[in-house]
Amino acid sequence: MRVALKRFAGPAHFVVSAMVRAMVVTIASVCLLAACSKDAEQPDAPRKQRPQPVELVLVDGRPAPEVLDEKQELRRGNGEEPRTLDPHRSQGVPEGNILRDLFEGLITEAPDGEIIPGAAMRWNISADGKEYIFYLHRDLKWSNGDALTAHDFVFSLKRATDPGTASSNANMLLPIVNAAEVIAGTLPPEALGVAALDDFSLQIRLVQPTSYFLGLLTHTIAFPVHSPSVTALGDVFAREGNLVSNGAYLLQRWDPRSQIVLIRNPYYREAENSLMDKVVYLPIEDLSGEVNQFRSGELDWTYEVPNNQFAWLQKNYSQELVVSPWLGSFFFAFNLSREPFSESPQLRRALVLAIDRDVLTDKVTRFGEQPSFALVPPGMGGYQPAVPDYASWPQQQRVDEARRLYEMAGYSADNPLHTEIRYNTSENNKKLALAVASMWKQELGVVTTLVNEEWKVFLQNREQKVVTQVFRRGWISDYNDPYSFLELYRSRDARNDSAYSNPSFDALLEEVAKERVPERRNRMMHEAERLLLEDNPIVPVYTYVSKRLVDPHVRGWQTNVMDHHYSRYMYKLKSIDQAEGGQDQPAEATPVEPVAAETGAVN
Amino acid sequence: MSSGLWRFAASRLLGVVPTLLMLITIAFFLIRVAPGGPFDGEKALPDEIRLNLEAKYHLDEPLLQQYFRYLGQIITLDFGPSFQYKDWSVNELIALGFPVSLTIGGLAMLLAFFVGSAIGIVAAIRQNSATDYSIMGLAMVGVSIPNFVIAPFLILGLAVYLGWLPAGGWEWQAQYMVLPVLTLALPVIAYIARLMRGSMIEVLHSNYIRTARAKGLPESRVVLRHALKPALLPVISFMGPATAGLITGSVVIERIYSIPGLGSYFVQGALNRDYTLVMGVVIFYGFVIVLLNFVVDLLYAWLNPKIRYEQG
Repeated sequence: MRVALKRFAGPAHFVVSAMVRAMVVTIASVCLLAACSKDAEQPDAPRKQRPQPVELVLVDGRPAPEVLDEKQELRRGNGEEPRTLDPHRSQGVPEGNILRDLFEGLITEAPDGEIIPGAAMRWNISADGKEYIFYLHRDLKWSNGDALTAHDFVFSLKRATDPGTASSNANMLLPIVNAAEVIAGTLPPEALGVAALDDFSLQIRLVQPTSYFLGLLTHTIAFPVHSPSVTALGDVFAREGNLVSNGAYLLQRWDPRSQIVLIRNPYYREAENSLMDKVVYLPIEDLSGEVNQFRSGELDWTYEVPNNQFAWLQKNYSQELVVSPWLGSFFFAFNLSREPFSESPQLRRALVLAIDRDVLTDKVTRFGEQPSFALVPPGMGGYQPAVPDYASWPQQQRVDEARRLYEMAGYSADNPLHTEIRYNTSENNKKLALAVASMWKQELGVVTTLVNEEWKVFLQNREQKVVTQVFRRGWISDYNDPYSFLELYRSRDARNDSAYSNPSFDALLEEVAKERVPERRNRMMHEAERLLLEDNPIVPVYTYVSKRLVDPHVRGWQTNVMDHHYSRYMYKLKSIDQAEGGQDQPAEATPVEPVAAETGAVN
Repeated sequence: MSSGLWRFAASRLLGVVPTLLMLITIAFFLIRVAPGGPFDGEKALPDEIRLNLEAKYHLDEPLLQQYFRYLGQIITLDFGPSFQYKDWSVNELIALGFPVSLTIGGLAMLLAFFVGSAIGIVAAIRQNSATDYSIMGLAMVGVSIPNFVIAPFLILGLAVYLGWLPAGGWEWQAQYMVLPVLTLALPVIAYIARLMRGSMIEVLHSNYIRTARAKGLPESRVVLRHALKPALLPVISFMGPATAGLITGSVVIERIYSIPGLGSYFVQGALNRDYTLVMGVVIFYGFVIVLLNFVVDLLYAWLNPKIRYEQG
């Protein structure tokens, strides 16, 4: 297997990987009847989590052939129909899952999410941190047998930033010289700071040292595309029969909204190491429907599980249910550009303190989220979130302090604060908003109106910052770096819906972007987060978890904070008993553990 | 067919054009009035990227110019590229989705028509008997239970526990069609049965049926030969729009069973502000409704000679 792979240990080793997990628009489920409502209560069931799959006894780094199922076919539920299989124009999580099987960038990820060499076998970073030279494997091929060279990467990076491609992720490549100008159309794509020094050496020049740059290269925006087919076929190059890819799998069939079938790419550089012969991605939007398909054996792997069946699944499918921390934060945010929150830091802090996060996660959402007091979720390599002191207080102390601040801000029982919480329509958002409003009411006497809006309306209002007061916000990281959370609150960031502006915070982030020493950089980010939280522009609530059902026969994968699972690492066992014989099963895995854990690589 | 009928057909078909044009115009401006745009997301896009996207899809032009560009496009039956499904054109999506919806909806309608009519006739003949009451009681239940309630029961029973049928997904194979067709058909069966019973009872009380009976014809002949055709009239007029609804896809059924039909495009397209996709399915749906209403009118004339289609 990947025994021979060197683990990357450069200055940016805390950066892991990248993939936009765009917030999934939760459309109010049409299926009101949970298929399994018979024992949905049992609130105090032990939160048992399935132990992480453990590698089998391996022969030459792979499972012995006799334990493998003859049919190595993986059927994965995959949420919505992918919007495109063009890596440069894709956006969502479902696309990312498929594209990571179809394509391979310069850098890729191990089963645990750690970044490892992909199409590039090694690289050099110049002393000033502004020039990267990647040395490609010599025998790389496209799925049609064409040779894959550094020129393909040059073509692809230029295409990704070309305004004509209209990629919505193009700005992830902004660290590259002239990328901003190319995206804006003021310079031609040819001006982009990438060049092929020869067929196997790729030079990328950066505007300034960018510590997370290698992590960005695992993102689909940095995947190579096959230039002859893109040039010849244009917008339909990614269709069945057209798509030429360079990853472990190739596209065999694409029936929109029905299935996407991938088979092993014989030209992949490690083709002989992947065991799964065929991967079928099934777009299934209805979460209850997905569970039913899993239960009747049509799926090996679900995209998610519905909240309302979670307790039932915990009890009845404890072996299959996998819950693990995910790089995302759920919070509410204040609009600081208008009354009542613009001039009143005490008031904001009072509202932040008054909610009981344990109740929200244990009684309201109930699927193993971690209560959170900060913006950055835990588990981002080496970074310690700037958790405020009140996180360690007992709830009563927080409430007392909240009352004191509330009164200092000029409010009282006779003169209560009137505010609103605005959220996009979803069962979960509604429950949380309602719970938060009632906590504010109970502890402080705040009168809160709930406003729900359809997704696009909500987005527009949030962005315009005119009608909003308190609103739902969530962020799931593009790449494994705290910076991706902190930059949301730079004064001029398009996503800063709170209109938060703090010059010291901005200045600190400028420094962070340039800093190359990980420890120093982490300290600076910690300081920036501390500054941010002291101003209380947000109400942290919890850290997201990923949750799905996985057939226990499927092995070779590991939970990771990015929730990236490459099919090429997976294989299917003939029988589970056989697999577990002679192995130590961890008795009880800790539920939510930061995942900077050691690599479970096969060595 | 008489020449009057031909003239009627021609004028009805001509009337389709202004109807569709109005539909197009209203839909075009309504979807653009809705707040938010096709490229808004949790990650707000930087301005230059938003401009690139808008330029690519001509959304940077003045609204009227976009409208006339769109009209020019659909005259050539080109609905344009989907904003949401970037590798596909709206024409392709409709061409892929419609056969699925047509098959499922068509089969459901056929099933509903034959089973529903048969049940209705039986109930009408046995009017006010125990059979009648139990059939109509069941039909009442069938009409009032929505299909998103029936579906999970069918799935749990037939797919999850018995394992006879797949719980969802789609292939062009009979076993994937059984549950969706059944789910779609059940309420329609119930509705048609009630319609059929009512109208059959009414017809059976009319004078010419009494005459037929008086001539000594066997009851089966009376019902099937003399009463059936006129009794079908209300069923047929119900079936026009109902068929249009069924064959253009049901959002609920498609979601629950993960079927790649046309129905979800309405909802997905609208929620994602996929202007071209919404327009495409709206126009297509409008056309199917108009067409089926026209077919119903023709069937009416065939079933009931009293109806004449004459000019003026």
